[in-house]
Amino acid sequence: MLKKRIIPCLDVDNGRVVKGVNFIDLVDAGDPVEQAIIYNAEGADELCFLDITASSDNRDTLLEVVKKTAENCFIPLTVGGGVRNLDDISRLLHFGADKVSINTAAVDNIDLVAEAANKYGSSTIVIAVDAKETAENQWKVFTHGGRKETNIDVVTYCNEVAKLGAGEILLTSMDRDGTKSGFDNKLLKAVTSKVNVPVIASGGVGNLSHLLDGILEGEASALLAASIFHFGEYSIGEVKRYLADNNIPVRI
Amino acid sequence: MNLAIINFGSGNLHSVHKAFESLSSDLSNPYNIIVTNDPKEIQSADKIVLPGVGAFGDCKNAILNIEGLHASLEASVIKNKVPFMGICVGMQLLADLSYEFGTHSGFGWIPGEVRRITSSKEYKIPHMGWNEITFSDHKLFDNCEQGSDFYFVHSFYFRNQKNEHSIATTKYPDQITAAVCKENICGTQFHPEKSHINGKKIIHNFLEWKP
Repeated sequence: MLKKRIIPCLDVDNGRVVKGVNFIDLVDAGDPVEQAIIYNAEGADELCFLDITASSDNRDTLLEVVKKTAENCFIPLTVGGGVRNLDDISRLLHFGADKVSINTAAVDNIDLVAEAANKYGSSTIVIAVDAKETAENQWKVFTHGGRKETNIDVVTYCNEVAKLGAGEILLTSMDRDGTKSGFDNKLLKAVTSKVNVPVIASGGVGNLSHLLDGILEGEASALLAASIFHFGEYSIGEVKRYLADNNIPVRI
Repeated sequence: MNLAIINFGSGNLHSVHKAFESLSSDLSNPYNIIVTNDPKEIQSADKIVLPGVGAFGDCKNAILNIEGLHASLEASVIKNKVPFMGICVGMQLLADLSYEFGTHSGFGWIPGEVRRITSSKEYKIPHMGWNEITFSDHKLFDNCEQGSDFYFVHSFYFRNQKNEHSIATTKYPDQITAAVCKENICGTQFHPEKSHINGKKIIHNFLEWKP
């Protein structure tokens, strides 16, 4: 049976982890590569780096991080943040990313989704969608790190990018992100019930039962979490054991 | 000894390259791992790996567009019986034909066809993530446990004409070929280079394989 994936996400600024956990065996708590190696050893199913470096001049620092991580972790690595065009995707793949996530650039230019999927294969292209509930059971796409509202309906948009060749959708609830109050399972369900590609749930995880709800209620294929892992509240192993105890298929 | 990883311009070879390099360096007699599309280098290689990402037709055309590449592969693998491993689309290319975006002919090295996985609400396409495999007795699976998880990402699958060529299967929702073998030619639908410890075992076994 296909397993539900647990994906720790690291926010990287100028090549350094933001809000990293100080694992006992880390030499440098700010080094994303060291954190990635530990998550890999703990049984993470994939890894995700999100580059939040403000200046594009400093983006190259991430490439070194990607390269070193790919040399040490033999699990899929998704990298996103500031991806604007095919050249950006090419560069990240060349340095060892397995998948590249595109957010604002896909909204600005939907053709990029098809171009990227045709060139690199659907399996390589993740479309990240930042969603916010603007009326009951209605979600709009937000861009520029959630600062800019668009008039685009989330479910319609997800369907469109899936048809254009997106291999999966990373769906973040702006309403829940950082709140630790659980995933927006209504949003997840609205998308997973209509869209035929895998959906990664993101935004809002505060405890173990939130993760279970994302699978049972939101019907997500994979769960992305940052803070519960970074702050050392739960290890990947604990999360997986909890899900397995609740009859969710996970890789242990 | 040389191991050639074929670079025909398909996506990311970094993880494949690093995985083979890392596993080879553990051997008492490591391979010299080269990433190449040079027919001469391919013909002098002792083992060949063909990774592939993207659409079947694009991969096939990209290979045909590099002068001498296809002929050098045929000479090494078919005539000289050099051990060969295809990964993902690199494995699907071994088939007679594929129905991915039209009809395309493959290498025809292992009889069968490449068809789309049946999707449903429950079974999203691509089949993406970790799934368990059942394998038959083969060197490639030495030290692996039945039911181990491997990382898959694909929307099409290799339907073998002869059962004996399918050496491992997974389920999504129907039975899908996870690995094939015919004499010196093997291939995996999953990505050993992304399948953590289990994937490392497969790569190690391929490096030690003497068909």
